[in-house]
Amino acid sequence: MYVAVKGGETAIENAHAWLAEERRGATDIDELSIVQIREQLGLAVNRVMAEGSLYDPDLAALAIKQSRGDLIEAIFLIRAYRTTLPRFGYSNPVKTDEMACDRRISATFKDAPGGQVLGPTFDYTHRLLDFKLAAEGEVPAAPTAQPRTEATPHITEFLKGEDIIQDEPASDTTPGDLTREPMELPSNRPLRLQSLTRGDEGFVLGMAYSTQRGYARNHAFVGELRIGKVAVEMDIPELGFAIDIGEIELTECETVNQFKGSKTEPPQFTRGYGLVFGQSERKSIAMALVDRALRWEELGEDNLGAPAQDEEFVLSHADNIQATGFLEHIKLPHYVDFQSELELVRKLRREAEERITPKEAAE
Amino acid sequence: MTAQTQFFGGFQNAPVQAAHAFRAAMTVMAQPGEIRDLRGARPPKPLSIAAGTLLLTLCDPETKVHLAGAFNTDGVREWLTFHTGAPISQAAVADFAVGTWAELSPLGSFRIGTAEYPDRSATLIVECDALQQAGAILSGPGIKDTARLSLPDAPALQANADLYPLGCDFFFTCGDRVAALPRSSQISVGA
Amino acid sequence: MTDQTYNSKATRQDWMGLLARAPESALMPLWDKYEVRPNFEWLRSPEVGGVMVRGRTGGTGARFNIGEMTVTRCSLVLQDGTVGHGYVQGRSKSKAQAAALIDALMQTSAAGAVHDQVIAPLEGQIQSARTDRASKAAATKVEFFTMVRGEDT
Repeated sequence: MYVAVKGGETAIENAHAWLAEERRGATDIDELSIVQIREQLGLAVNRVMAEGSLYDPDLAALAIKQSRGDLIEAIFLIRAYRTTLPRFGYSNPVKTDEMACDRRISATFKDAPGGQVLGPTFDYTHRLLDFKLAAEGEVPAAPTAQPRTEATPHITEFLKGEDIIQDEPASDTTPGDLTREPMELPSNRPLRLQSLTRGDEGFVLGMAYSTQRGYARNHAFVGELRIGKVAVEMDIPELGFAIDIGEIELTECETVNQFKGSKTEPPQFTRGYGLVFGQSERKSIAMALVDRALRWEELGEDNLGAPAQDEEFVLSHADNIQATGFLEHIKLPHYVDFQSELELVRKLRREAEERITPKEAAE
Repeated sequence: MTAQTQFFGGFQNAPVQAAHAFRAAMTVMAQPGEIRDLRGARPPKPLSIAAGTLLLTLCDPETKVHLAGAFNTDGVREWLTFHTGAPISQAAVADFAVGTWAELSPLGSFRIGTAEYPDRSATLIVECDALQQAGAILSGPGIKDTARLSLPDAPALQANADLYPLGCDFFFTCGDRVAALPRSSQISVGA
Repeated sequence: MTDQTYNSKATRQDWMGLLARAPESALMPLWDKYEVRPNFEWLRSPEVGGVMVRGRTGGTGARFNIGEMTVTRCSLVLQDGTVGHGYVQGRSKSKAQAAALIDALMQTSAAGAVHDQVIAPLEGQIQSARTDRASKAAATKVEFFTMVRGEDT
């Protein structure tokens, strides 16, 4: 039962005013601008776009500023804004094989056509704090070389030639949309991928790590990881043809997983897939591992009872806005609920004491 | 130039006009028997101003629209697509349908919702030659005592009301005027 | 006739895509320099909305929804009846309006001038930004050296 209680308006207003002041911080320090966040905290912006399910770097930067850097709060703001947008339509599937790659590596083929391109990675840094960044300074220009002009083919294309990797046949079935219809279980791979790409990075990472530690191990290699820009194309009914409506940065990870074969499938390599807004490398690798683990049924593998194989468990708990909403609501007033609990516990205590006391009196 | 007429006749000031139109649509649905003016759109023939304004207000790329009979023209389809993005569909899957009563009959071809989701039903926009507070007697939610409305076919509409909580809902449009009949209204034939 | 229609369609696709992708900060200064502002009427005034971006499983398989992106669109008609559409990434209504006007003008006798003063330089800027990134990426391409250890005799 819920009972409405009024009060606290002034306290709430004053709390908001103080929040604004705390957000600003000491006024003798320059205020942070939206463009500074967008340009200099790009990976935080990417995470907010991916989990907020809305590609708009300026809005994500604004959300980060407003949330004082609490990224889940920022994602919440973006999700709320997203619901106010009229939906113009759906894009044609992005062509990741035409991506203008900033980074493209393969852990399986050293000499992959297109090469191993490291891009702006943290990978080979020493993870030592760089105190030079504490002082402002000019950054030297990054070196350049003869640019590649042709498209970089997907690595899995090479394995396909040998018929030793599971195929991903094209299908134009309209996928379900979690933002439109509530998820019904059992779901399907397109819905799982949508859920994972907007799922909490920490949760998806933890799930992926569990498969590596042996809970439904799936022997994943990063067949390919690529980061770069792709054009987004949409059919425009009034024009009668498709046009590019923009360009977005994506991270794509395709894992190649050893597979001994099952009752239904011959021994071959299978695949897990991750595709995430922005430069979101950890998230897309994790997504690919969890995607692969969730495909056990379709590949005729055994259900080992591992959490990462449990679609209901993974999909129901991946969304950090659902999770934080339910988690945090318990801090809001539950005075009446608690009052009844209190009465109940007092009554049980009384009854327990009464059962003991008469005995003692008799002795 | 004819090829471009699809682009004309939308709202000039969409937020304000759509809000006024929505208010009118909501009022007539909440108070069956009420008739309101409904303007803003200048749709291609044979759509009336009221029906066109309703479509612009209620439809978007998520709502499937069925164009019955003479309403299924290139002009109407292109106009609706440009201004709302709504996909044109068959009657059996439509969220909205527009046509004359004869074109929309029998009602059995439209969705009436399911026990879990009674809202997954069609809303029919019925273009009428006349619209008056006369004829069939209505009662039920939103009606103080009784109301009267000129209905195209009272027995068929009462049969729809008997399905409650399932069933279709109706808008009746005539020129730039609109009335409505939700599935919750009971209908008796007037004297 | 058919060939001509196909051809003009292809180029319209190109300039509309360019206008959609171009950053506002690149487009607007060029458009401001172009100065001529024809009279027009709105067919659909600028509105901000979302487009759901789709990918394919494994890059080639079934479609799935990744997330939305913001898009602003509008449509207008010039006094001579030419219709221009603007569909641009982001939330800038002024950019959408500029894109729709440019789209309309590109279908009129002003096409040559608009192309030379707006479309061509914009394309140049975008291409050069793209080449710039590709050059930096190329500099991070790994050149492997094989080192032989031990004796093979």
